[in-house]
Amino acid sequence: MADDIASLRRILRTSRTIAVVGLSADWFRPSYFAAKYMQEHGYHIVPVNPRYETILGERCHATLATIEVPVDIVDVFRKTEDVLPIAEQAIAIRAKCLWQQIGVKNEQAAALAAAAGLEVVMDRCVKIEHARLFGGLNWAGVNTGVISARRPI
Amino acid sequence: MADRRFHPETLAIHAGQIPDAATGARALPIYQTTSFVFDSADHAASLFNLQTFGNVYSRLSNPTVAVLEERVAALEGGRAALAAASGMAAEAIALLTLLQQGDHVVAAGALYGGTVSMLAVNLAKLGIETTFVDGASAEAFAAAMRPTTRAVFAESLGNPSLAVLDIAAVAAVAHAYGVPLVVDNTVPSPYLCNPIALGADIVVHSATKYLGGHGTTLAGIVVESGRFPWDNGKFPGMTEPSKGYHGVRFYETFGDFGFTMRARMETLRVYGAALAPMSAWQILQGVETLPVRMERHCTNALEVARFLQSHPRVEWVNYPGLPEHPQHALVARQMRPVAGAPGASGLLAFGVRGGYAAGIRFIEAAQLMSHLANIGDTRTLVIHPASTTHRQLDEAQQEAAGVSQEMVRLSVGLEHVDDLLWDIDQALAASAS
Repeated sequence: MADDIASLRRILRTSRTIAVVGLSADWFRPSYFAAKYMQEHGYHIVPVNPRYETILGERCHATLATIEVPVDIVDVFRKTEDVLPIAEQAIAIRAKCLWQQIGVKNEQAAALAAAAGLEVVMDRCVKIEHARLFGGLNWAGVNTGVISARRPI
Repeated sequence: MADRRFHPETLAIHAGQIPDAATGARALPIYQTTSFVFDSADHAASLFNLQTFGNVYSRLSNPTVAVLEERVAALEGGRAALAAASGMAAEAIALLTLLQQGDHVVAAGALYGGTVSMLAVNLAKLGIETTFVDGASAEAFAAAMRPTTRAVFAESLGNPSLAVLDIAAVAAVAHAYGVPLVVDNTVPSPYLCNPIALGADIVVHSATKYLGGHGTTLAGIVVESGRFPWDNGKFPGMTEPSKGYHGVRFYETFGDFGFTMRARMETLRVYGAALAPMSAWQILQGVETLPVRMERHCTNALEVARFLQSHPRVEWVNYPGLPEHPQHALVARQMRPVAGAPGASGLLAFGVRGGYAAGIRFIEAAQLMSHLANIGDTRTLVIHPASTTHRQLDEAQQEAAGVSQEMVRLSVGLEHVDDLLWDIDQALAASAS
């Protein structure tokens, strides 16, 4: 489980494409907040949601299986009990990281993905972690846990 | 590798501030600006929708103020914090975010006078009722809880009563009723006591006192633990679409710092008691030395308390750091040890033999102790509550507030303790005549 600052930094720094499973098109939903933020910070967002055609200007996929580009992070905005098949798909498409959002904690899915060589993050928000480790969250008075004598570059 | 858990001495200097991204400045820049430019219309929209983190206007957030917020959040072991223009403003923001008309508060009885006024008068005007109970009794808190209770409020170390709150016991009562415990931790400072580690959900400070430590600057801060389950059905303002901020569901969207975001966007933004960047910077100059200052405050105060105990002109001494204090075991459990004794901060009270007149004579004879109504300064401060802060009350009301006629309160500073003992001794001698 990647849970320390160095591992989370490495995952976010080396990843470019994020498939967001369960991304909503409603602007006030947390999944939309997170995906829009990551898109604004240079990541390629691939929405995975059978209910929509496009979200955030990107074509939606019904499942991970139909995505044509290599996926770095599979970011899961689904109920804990629904994650296992998503983990299996993430392994099948050779994603590099299975990331379960805040409140999503499927240990079995995490173990499966880890055994297949994927990085595994659980119960964390991709946007909050990006802002915590690369700047932004500190502007909101949040305790980032970052102690450093170097400029944030 | 697990992240290092840094000590409070390190957090007091570093938390919240890495070298400035734009200039490399090592010390904290003062961002003395009201407003921040938007890169584009879309960037502006994202900021207003809270989809991206960033600064819009210094009434909501400011990079210099944010460093103080994160630093105190780190020192308290909290998830997030919100600074305000004074301790009273911080308290008001915390309570006005939590409460609405028809809600009820259970509060410790012996609180700072300004807090009593806020609860008993100002919040009562808004239809929020407070029951005051004996702060030393967790059972008294439990007995006062109602279905409409939405907050429990107390001070970790009472001012001027010096009553010590059993934080874990009162937190358990509050949590059994599904409401948060709000603790004013001004007197111990985050160095000596961390209420969140003991179960508190929200901590407020007058940063004017020990956090700043220099007596130059007003400031306050609200810290959120990040652990309270706001979706327990009692706090629809945290879970339902916000009427005050275009439909955002704060708990769902911001999770364990949802309360702080709601306090910022619904309460601070509207009532406007924002902290000035210059003030945040001044408070932070003090925070960097908080741990070393608190140790000296504690050792000086303990030595003063022992001196007073042995002095023939003194009737009684109330200092939670003395083994004779009735709650000393609780103090030992809740407060960081300093030089082999529980660190009980710098406040103490004592009775001058000879009553009201002797109390006044003591104050007037003090040479280096300053007669004023503040606490937590580098300077030793002294006040006779019966003739000053509590003089509008009659004698019976004063007794109820824990203020006796002969009582003198000291906020023991950082001067050499022998000089303090000298000044106290000569002022006690003068109090006899």
